[in-house]
Amino acid sequence: MMIQIFRGGASALALAAASALPLSAAEMLTELGPGEGTVSIVAWPGYIERGETDAAFDWVTKFEEATSCKVEIKTANTSDEMVALMNEGGFDLVTASGDASLRLVAGGRVQPVNTALVPSWDRVDDRLKDAPWHTVDGTHYGTPFMWGPNVLMYNTEAFPEPPASWNVVFEEMTLPDGESNAGRVQAYDGPIYVADAALYLMAHQPELGIESPYELNEAQYAAALDLLRVQRTLVSRYWHDAFIQIDDFKNEGIVASSSWPFMVNLLKADGLPVDSVIPEEGATGWADTLMLHSEAEHPNCAYMFMEHSLNSNLQSDLSVWFGAVPSVPEACTDGSGMQTAEGCAANGLEQFDRIRFWQTPVSQCESQGSCVPYYRWVSDYIGVIGGR
Amino acid sequence: MSRAAAAPAIFAPRAGLAAGLADWVLLHPRMFVFLLVLPITLWLGIVYIGALIALLIQSFFSIDEFSGMVVREFTLKTYGELFRPYNLDIILRTVAMAAAVTAAAAVLAFPIAYFAARYARGKWKALFYIGVMLPLWSSYLVKVYAWKLVLAREGILNWLFAKAHLTWLLDAVLAIPVIGGNSLSVSYAGTFLVFLYIWLPYMIIPVQAALERVPGPLLEAAADLGATPRQSFSLVLLPLALPGIAAGSIFTFSLTLGDYIVPQIVGNSRLFIGQAVYTQQGTAGNIPLAAAFTVVPIAIMGLYLWGARRMGAFDAL
Repeated sequence: MMIQIFRGGASALALAAASALPLSAAEMLTELGPGEGTVSIVAWPGYIERGETDAAFDWVTKFEEATSCKVEIKTANTSDEMVALMNEGGFDLVTASGDASLRLVAGGRVQPVNTALVPSWDRVDDRLKDAPWHTVDGTHYGTPFMWGPNVLMYNTEAFPEPPASWNVVFEEMTLPDGESNAGRVQAYDGPIYVADAALYLMAHQPELGIESPYELNEAQYAAALDLLRVQRTLVSRYWHDAFIQIDDFKNEGIVASSSWPFMVNLLKADGLPVDSVIPEEGATGWADTLMLHSEAEHPNCAYMFMEHSLNSNLQSDLSVWFGAVPSVPEACTDGSGMQTAEGCAANGLEQFDRIRFWQTPVSQCESQGSCVPYYRWVSDYIGVIGGR
Repeated sequence: MSRAAAAPAIFAPRAGLAAGLADWVLLHPRMFVFLLVLPITLWLGIVYIGALIALLIQSFFSIDEFSGMVVREFTLKTYGELFRPYNLDIILRTVAMAAAVTAAAAVLAFPIAYFAARYARGKWKALFYIGVMLPLWSSYLVKVYAWKLVLAREGILNWLFAKAHLTWLLDAVLAIPVIGGNSLSVSYAGTFLVFLYIWLPYMIIPVQAALERVPGPLLEAAADLGATPRQSFSLVLLPLALPGIAAGSIFTFSLTLGDYIVPQIVGNSRLFIGQAVYTQQGTAGNIPLAAAFTVVPIAIMGLYLWGARRMGAFDAL
């Protein structure tokens, strides 16, 4: 079960156009024909499982039997890889995160989706139906797939009460167990983590006037970096790979860190005293969309898979497997898979409004005209981690 | 005599296109050589040198400050970026680590190689080879992850130190500024240990090969002429083994210079050159800077190889 997820992956490439109109919106399909026999999907590792990793997790076999569309999977580890693969062509679908989806729309690599051809569209979470990361000018460019928050994971022995604020990972303090947090907390090793610092500042330094953690002017950006420099003195190692973080909670005495429900669930299953919380400041998060290539060779099978993704055991079982939240709320309770109401709640179902979903920082931003673009986040975050 | 004169100097041309071609190639030795060299030249020229040139060209482009798009115009701006303090840190950090690993590997490898070359015979020799090579048979990743567990704060090494009542010693090492840290697994000291373990065989083998070639009588002669062991080591053995050490150091130095897995798993998250390349090209989309970073180890290794060649390192390979 090697799910390696490099989620911070976002790129500064092709961003100026992110808000521009698509170059050529391909014709939307109006009628579904017979399947073409194949559908090829670019996906995050672990997203499209056919029971080969773990026999209990299979949401492909039944689809293939029912539609005789053979599913071909190409995994990609970063949003940039996904964009590159889609630019290359030859694929039908992609599970794009918010930091890739608008780039794909702007570049004309994905086509509008006719939701009338996806009967289960009505099942989609109302909060996701018109989400800005797949809806441009009222046109839908895909069906919501999975989403989840970047939670604060903590050790319940060090924190008898859940930490109320992200300050436990940003400022030096004595934790409830009487020891300092220096060397016992972690942060994410990806430039997108600057947004977490900005989110913290939104609550604690309102005079900076930050409206979105992904849209920072020079002063706001500098303040976020200063906060991260303080954090560097507390963090021995930043986490990059989910399994290394799991090991650090087991063997390095780490007691608090930003994390994903995926790791929280695995550690809990191992019997470790951990839990997770979304503190008062809220949290950042990710939301993925199943998008259709503008030159898809197998559009009928692709539409069938979109329908399948919303109306099968996929939402339920995948949300268990990945520690994510289904885009179909019913999947939590309808028994279509292994997910339960408690599981969905643990993965963050109720926290939607408190999550700022990942998007790529661009220089021409909506809230204040000119912002610090992503490529500078990259080099400056390298500097902060390097002790500059 | 007369029969030989009567026979034709060469065989008559054979029939058929393939046979004719084969005969023609054999009759034109230069063509034969050309055909032999062609594949390897193409490989070196296109796949190897071509890729390097493409990389070099990329490094002279730059990224547009506003859109983040690559600007395909010649500029030295990207190389200028290498000299920004945080990027310079990465380069110096990597070179310092590579130098430290190389020096330690040489010191550690010499006695092992000396024993193998001078004293080990028969099954001991076989055991030596297996012992040195065996770690290379297992996956690199498995070894690094295993080391992470060994060095962890709640790992085996800490436990051993605690059992031996030597925790104070470990704490003293970890308290050293810069190389220390919260635990071995999150400090430069830990990264260094793992690098040393991973690349040590690449030092032992060439040093052993070089020592094998030092004639035993030379050392005896030095002793007969009144040299102390220290003198015969520094005046006879070491100079003769130096090409082997230089050859081994090429491996340990360049491998450490380019590695991006070890510092990611064991260390304090401060980037090394390999990781910087990975980050810049992967998540940042800043291919020009990634390319410029890649040129750094190429330049360093170029200088290094030039120096090593002067020391005769390539004779010991």
